Amino acid sequence: MFSDYTASELVSIFAMQGFAGLTLFSVFLLMALGLAIIFGQMGVINMAHGEFMILGAYVTYLVSNLFPDYMPSLFGIYFFFAMIAAFICAAALGALVEWLMIRHLYRRPLDTLLATWGLSLILQQAYRSIFGAREVGVTLPDWLMGSIALTDMIEIPINGLFVMLLTALIASSVFVLMFRSSWGIQVRSVVQNRPMASAVGIDTERTDRITFALGCGIAGIAGAAFTTIGSTGPTAGQLYIVDTFLVVVFGGAQNLLGTIASAFTISQAQSTMEFFLSGSMAKVLTLLVVVIILMIRPEGLFSLKMRR
Amino acid sequence: MPMAKDFLLNVEGLTVSFDGFKAVNDFSFYVDEGEIRVLIGPNGAGKTTVLDLICGKTKATSGSIRFRRDELTKMSEHEIVNAGVGRKFQNPSIYEDLTVFENLEISFPRGHSVFGALTFKRDAEVVDAVQQTAEMIFLADSLDKTAGLLSHGQKQWLEIGMLLIQDPDLLMLDEPVAGMSVSERKKTAELLTRIADGRSVLVVEHDMQFVADIADRVTVMHQGKMLSEGSMEKVQNDPKVIEVYLGH
Amino acid sequence: MPTKGLKYLLPKPELIYFLVLACVIFMILPITLDIFRLNLVGKYLTYAFVAVGLVLCWGYGGILSLGQGVFFGLGGYCMAMFLKLEASDPESTAIQSTPGIPDFMDWNQLTELPWFWLPFSSFSFATIAVLIVPTLFAYIIGVAMFKRRVGGVYFAIITRAIASILTILIIGQQGYTGGVNGITDLRTLLGWDIRTDSAKYILYYINGILLFLCLLFAQFIRKSKLGRLLLAMREREDRVRFSGYDVANLKIFVFCIAALFSAIGGAMFTLQVGFMSPSFVGIVPSIELVIFCAVGGRMSILGAVYGTLIVNYAKTTFSESFPELWLFAMGALFIGVVMAFPNGLAGVYKAHIEPKITALMASIKRNGGLSISLLTNTAKQ
Repeated sequence: MFSDYTASELVSIFAMQGFAGLTLFSVFLLMALGLAIIFGQMGVINMAHGEFMILGAYVTYLVSNLFPDYMPSLFGIYFFFAMIAAFICAAALGALVEWLMIRHLYRRPLDTLLATWGLSLILQQAYRSIFGAREVGVTLPDWLMGSIALTDMIEIPINGLFVMLLTALIASSVFVLMFRSSWGIQVRSVVQNRPMASAVGIDTERTDRITFALGCGIAGIAGAAFTTIGSTGPTAGQLYIVDTFLVVVFGGAQNLLGTIASAFTISQAQSTMEFFLSGSMAKVLTLLVVVIILMIRPEGLFSLKMRR
Repeated sequence: MPMAKDFLLNVEGLTVSFDGFKAVNDFSFYVDEGEIRVLIGPNGAGKTTVLDLICGKTKATSGSIRFRRDELTKMSEHEIVNAGVGRKFQNPSIYEDLTVFENLEISFPRGHSVFGALTFKRDAEVVDAVQQTAEMIFLADSLDKTAGLLSHGQKQWLEIGMLLIQDPDLLMLDEPVAGMSVSERKKTAELLTRIADGRSVLVVEHDMQFVADIADRVTVMHQGKMLSEGSMEKVQNDPKVIEVYLGH
Repeated sequence: MPTKGLKYLLPKPELIYFLVLACVIFMILPITLDIFRLNLVGKYLTYAFVAVGLVLCWGYGGILSLGQGVFFGLGGYCMAMFLKLEASDPESTAIQSTPGIPDFMDWNQLTELPWFWLPFSSFSFATIAVLIVPTLFAYIIGVAMFKRRVGGVYFAIITRAIASILTILIIGQQGYTGGVNGITDLRTLLGWDIRTDSAKYILYYINGILLFLCLLFAQFIRKSKLGRLLLAMREREDRVRFSGYDVANLKIFVFCIAALFSAIGGAMFTLQVGFMSPSFVGIVPSIELVIFCAVGGRMSILGAVYGTLIVNYAKTTFSESFPELWLFAMGALFIGVVMAFPNGLAGVYKAHIEPKITALMASIKRNGGLSISLLTNTAKQ
């Protein structure tokens, strides 16, 4: 399949596809970060995670429509307000869901999976009823459009670059929060030994709720970021949820660095293959390889050997 | 260590490391046919891990565990059980939703393949074996009771009974008297001496009175290694043991 | 001995439940419904095969598969491939550029039947394939996962991923599979027109009989030691392992049986509905199949059949009049069943209705008729 291209064309194909892969990687990673916190740290499967992301995307869409009417002068920076709003909305919904549903289902992982699936159906239909079945897109401010030309053949889109920066920023904040703050220690102690954590005075219920809300909030930010590179529809969340779960599991569920590494591997593999095969076959191959690797190494690629 | 004699269980150079931490480190010991051996040691000494390694729950990093002619480190859990090693867990591990009878019946060593389980019939042989075992473990009157309703001590006995009905040559018990009343402890000690007839028993226990009651020999572990071995009396007077364990 | 065997397999109350269901399926529904509606019920009942399999593997074995649509679809496709080849004889496809191959292949510029289609011109091969292909696939997945102790949510997610892989594959490989439209326009089975009303009646009954065979086999498993082992395993997998059982083999077996049931359902679906498409393979049908089972009661094989019928009836009614409400209703059903009624309809029946029936029967026996005291008692309650 390579014979049709010259060497320099191949280099630029790989560079551009590699960059497209990096953008995909950013979205995967943002979604997977939220999931890694909820699933990896709390052991809760949230099948509605994709819908939390889409909530963030719709909030961004709404904000982008409000700014030209009310604050046209600030349109250039509306995205930052939208991101904050997306985080708050998704986190608030997350806290509500935790309180109404999830907390009754701890220790019943399969039931949690089914109940959150039910939630995802309800949210999808809600989006469809409110925003319509058609996909919606946001108007990007001028500075996010266009691309930087590196050579004649390699062009780097600015919105992709922006999403990447955003991802790096959020990933490092999550990292600091989980591993350097006292709150992170609380979360990890609750995960490892709930009765003990409760005995030393940690409010475990509150910790659970905040952790879940935080994971959902990050999904909301992922949704906001997603709007800069694609349009949003009611069922868009479903497209990413399986991939994201595979990313988290593949990386070794409790290991945030592993999550980053596996998001990188999967997205690069998929986007590079996408150029040479049809998009659907690239996806089939990626999923298949991941599933096979998981069968061989169920604990994930990057997990430690634990004493059980 | 005497090597010429045929032991039931030969553990040699056993090592397991969890992410660099050696829970069991170059540990060797030998169990005779028909003896009751007790493993003691401070918390974290690696006693339960040794049982896990023997029964296949944890895989060894290096070393060998020979049971008669079988090399257990290469076998899976159910093969080890079928070779004649039974294991009781620290917390009573029984099927709470099933009756005492069904608990014992499942452990009866017949019909263990998929097809065998499908065509398994509750014939006189099974009923007899269940009855006999139930009498031994003081549960003959509770056969139809749901196991979840038993007292903590009775659950411990039921699990011992589930092992007995397999008729293993080596019975491994992890803290069999934990959470038992004084009278239950006495009964359990009697039970153990009775079932040791014709098989070897390997016990992990903290209760020193109970250990003194049942043990033929005692092995003391510390930080994954063997510290001392011999009769209870000898071990109790070993200055190394007194320092790390009994002296506290 | 046969009567003793029957008593063992179906003790009195369960025998009555089986007979009631048989009455509903073989007498009441065919008498009260016109052939269009009955054909619809027949279609629903093909899902019941899957739901019954899920009771065994999820309810009893604790293995939640979110990819049962895969096996339903594979069974259905194996049957559809045979029917399609029969419908594509050179005479009826004379207008194609390559006569004698299925129409969608012609549209996709294929000039030759792909090799894996060739044996499907034989009915016996197709029938065997319906039974073997999905079961073998389940066996491979089962061996790969259970021997390596992958279970619980990991298994659920991986089966879901497999469902999406297969859907994408079928849709992507249009020329070989019929793509997103599926394999349509199926007409005859060995020369017998399956689109006529009389054929639909016959197929409905065959479907019902096959369903009962599956139910009886499921009941046999429940009653055997294997049934108790599955329950024991769900509770304490390690103990079962240390009682000398190869837990993985038990799981593989029950997963394969569930796949086999689903495949039979899929094949009967193709026969009764007249087409097969990827929309019955993927994630949405797979999860709907789980809800049928959950509503009926994950521990009750008969409950699963009722659950399938009721949810599908609701779905048809809802989506005819309020299509947008259906997803809300189904979402709520998921949450409600899991949180409030984990044992579904069968659980509700056991807890609330059965005791009243028992009391009623006892009082009828005592007094030779309905006693007034009982009526007032129930009224007080």
